[in-house]
Amino acid sequence: MFFTYLWRELRRRARQAIFIAAGLALGIGLVITVTAASAGVKNAQSSVLHSLYGVGTDITVTKAPTASGNGNGGFSFGFRQRIGTGSRPKAGSKIDNNTLSGDFTLASIKTASVTAVSKLANVAAVAGGLTLTDRTVTGTVPALNFNDGGNGGPGGSTSGGAGGGGARGGNPTSFGANFNTNSFTVNGVDIANGELGPLSTGKVSSGRTFTSADSARDVALVEASYATTNKLKVGAVIAVGNARQKATSFTVVGIVTEPAGDSPADVYLPLGVAQTLAGMKNEVNTIYVAATSGDKIATVAGAIKAAVPGVTITDQDTLASEVTGSISSAASLANNLGKWLAIAVLIAAFFLASLLTMSAVSRRVREFGTLKALGWKSRRIIGQVMGESIAIGIVGGVIGVGLGFAGAWAVGKFARPLSASLAAATTGNATPGGAQRFGGGTGGFGAFPGGGTGTGGSNPFRGAFRSAASAASSVTVHLSAPVTITAVVLAVVLAVLGGLIAGSFGGWRAARLRPAAALSKVA
Amino acid sequence: MYRLTNVIKDYPKGRATVHALRGVTVEIADGEWLSIQGPTGHGKSTLLQLLGGLDRPTSGSLELDGRDLARLGEGPMTKVRASQIGFIFQTFNLIPTLSAQENVETALVPLGVKEPARKSRAAAALASVGLSDRARHLPSELSGGQQQRVAIARALVKEPKVVLADEPTGNLDEDTRGEIIGLLEQLWQANGLTMIMVTHDSTIARRAQRLGTMRNGQLTVKRSVN
Repeated sequence: MFFTYLWRELRRRARQAIFIAAGLALGIGLVITVTAASAGVKNAQSSVLHSLYGVGTDITVTKAPTASGNGNGGFSFGFRQRIGTGSRPKAGSKIDNNTLSGDFTLASIKTASVTAVSKLANVAAVAGGLTLTDRTVTGTVPALNFNDGGNGGPGGSTSGGAGGGGARGGNPTSFGANFNTNSFTVNGVDIANGELGPLSTGKVSSGRTFTSADSARDVALVEASYATTNKLKVGAVIAVGNARQKATSFTVVGIVTEPAGDSPADVYLPLGVAQTLAGMKNEVNTIYVAATSGDKIATVAGAIKAAVPGVTITDQDTLASEVTGSISSAASLANNLGKWLAIAVLIAAFFLASLLTMSAVSRRVREFGTLKALGWKSRRIIGQVMGESIAIGIVGGVIGVGLGFAGAWAVGKFARPLSASLAAATTGNATPGGAQRFGGGTGGFGAFPGGGTGTGGSNPFRGAFRSAASAASSVTVHLSAPVTITAVVLAVVLAVLGGLIAGSFGGWRAARLRPAAALSKVA
Repeated sequence: MYRLTNVIKDYPKGRATVHALRGVTVEIADGEWLSIQGPTGHGKSTLLQLLGGLDRPTSGSLELDGRDLARLGEGPMTKVRASQIGFIFQTFNLIPTLSAQENVETALVPLGVKEPARKSRAAAALASVGLSDRARHLPSELSGGQQQRVAIARALVKEPKVVLADEPTGNLDEDTRGEIIGLLEQLWQANGLTMIMVTHDSTIARRAQRLGTMRNGQLTVKRSVN
């Protein structure tokens, strides 16, 4: 009788039932779509962050250089720039310097700190890393008038380019055709913990990766695009400088392809070898940390801060907050407008369903009065009303799930690809391959009048200013909106809840009905 | 058997209080047919609702087989309505979405009668009012007389002790009116029912054993001349 009565009643007021179900369906469809879009954006963010950050790495630990220094190393021509003194090499003398030095945006951290971090609770793995820059200057010392130049600014800092000084700003590759400069970035890789750090996102497209036997050998991995540009193949030999400006030959054993959007190093060396060359024995400038589980990241971050004072901790959340571009707008849209729109529609649907159910109950006063006169308990009548509402809710839920899937499909199909960028100058966090602060030193090309900050330019300083290069690092990801089982369950729960709420109001109205009053109303 | 002693029913209407029943005292024996007449608004339907346990008196006692319905809890009162009292309304009050058979079955639902028994008893009740061939029809597909027959079948299917009929022929034409009253009389006799019927129709009222008149909330009862 319950189902017969329920079905017949719904059929009788089919139009109203469809209207209520459609309202609920719209709300639920929106909830699913927004949830799916939100999950899609999250996935996209995660994928972006992975490519920018490193698979498996939960936290990176770096140290900002102190105000008095420029981190490890800096840019020099191998001679001290002292205007008006005789310490400058004579005009016409040959310069051929190859220097490997630390990234000036990062201060060094003792390897003892790596060990200390590895001993912290909830730390699954730790790897040290060394971000270095190899710079080569070759040429002939020109005869220049050094009196017309002020203090030049630092080299500029955007992707692949650097400003030069003054009058020749924007063309830093030569000084009156007397000097040629070249630079590339080098990462010292902790081979024993290769699952973390700069190589974790890369794939060996040719040759092999490092093995434990390579830890003290002069072998290198080269990033694919750098290899292409410089026509390097497995077996090729590259020159890497050292702290004393002398080059060492390294054999390329593998070509590594890093994900799109990453700003990978150009060359990877075994950490120990890199430390020796850069004169940074027992030093790293990045520590890569993996926590035992995602929920322990915050705890581990706190413990690291306590164990290694003065360091900067970067995790994916920190990094995510620095992501800009359409992906950020999409996340904001999904999390703010989408969420509230869905909630508003859902509340409106619930309200409408409740109102219409109460109105339907009001129209059935005689019916319920009669049933009460026949001996039906209020509970049974409330159950009947709620059953009808829940049935409408379920129908709305089913349609809503369908709408949600359609919406999610439409988001995946028609949404424009999302871009993500990391703002380089906005943070003091230094994340290898990711957001790094460009903190170039002052001074430099004082010989050139009005030296200033250069921008743009093409490739030569790309490696040297790798951190800055990330400013222009933009990842484009396709947005997919996966509908999870949780979202579907949520939809069903919401549908039943909508039915329950509407039914409760209707049932409450029906329960308050005194049979005599109900019957006398229509008598 | 009903025993009403000084039953008073007041209810508020706006700021005023309506004195619907002003001390009704009457006994209605088992198997008796009592007709109640009187002008509109003088308490006939109110009395019927109190007798049917649809409402409670403001004061006085209203006993059915020794149980004071005025003091009965909601649960027991519902049970009394479900098992002992059959209602017949002027406007039939059938559930519009249910078939004739299903409407009759609704009276058996609160008694917990299982579906097969429910169906067979409903079918028998419909047969007793001559509507076997209309069992699957919706109320809207039946004439007024047929609808009232369905309502009578619904009132009788649970084999109640008492049938309360509130102007059962009020919405029917003259021919159908006689037909329905004839049917009710026949069923009353056959089942030994106590029947209390409110009617404006004096011809019908006179067919009862006793005739009551409600005026200003007071009931006077006399034996019918028929």
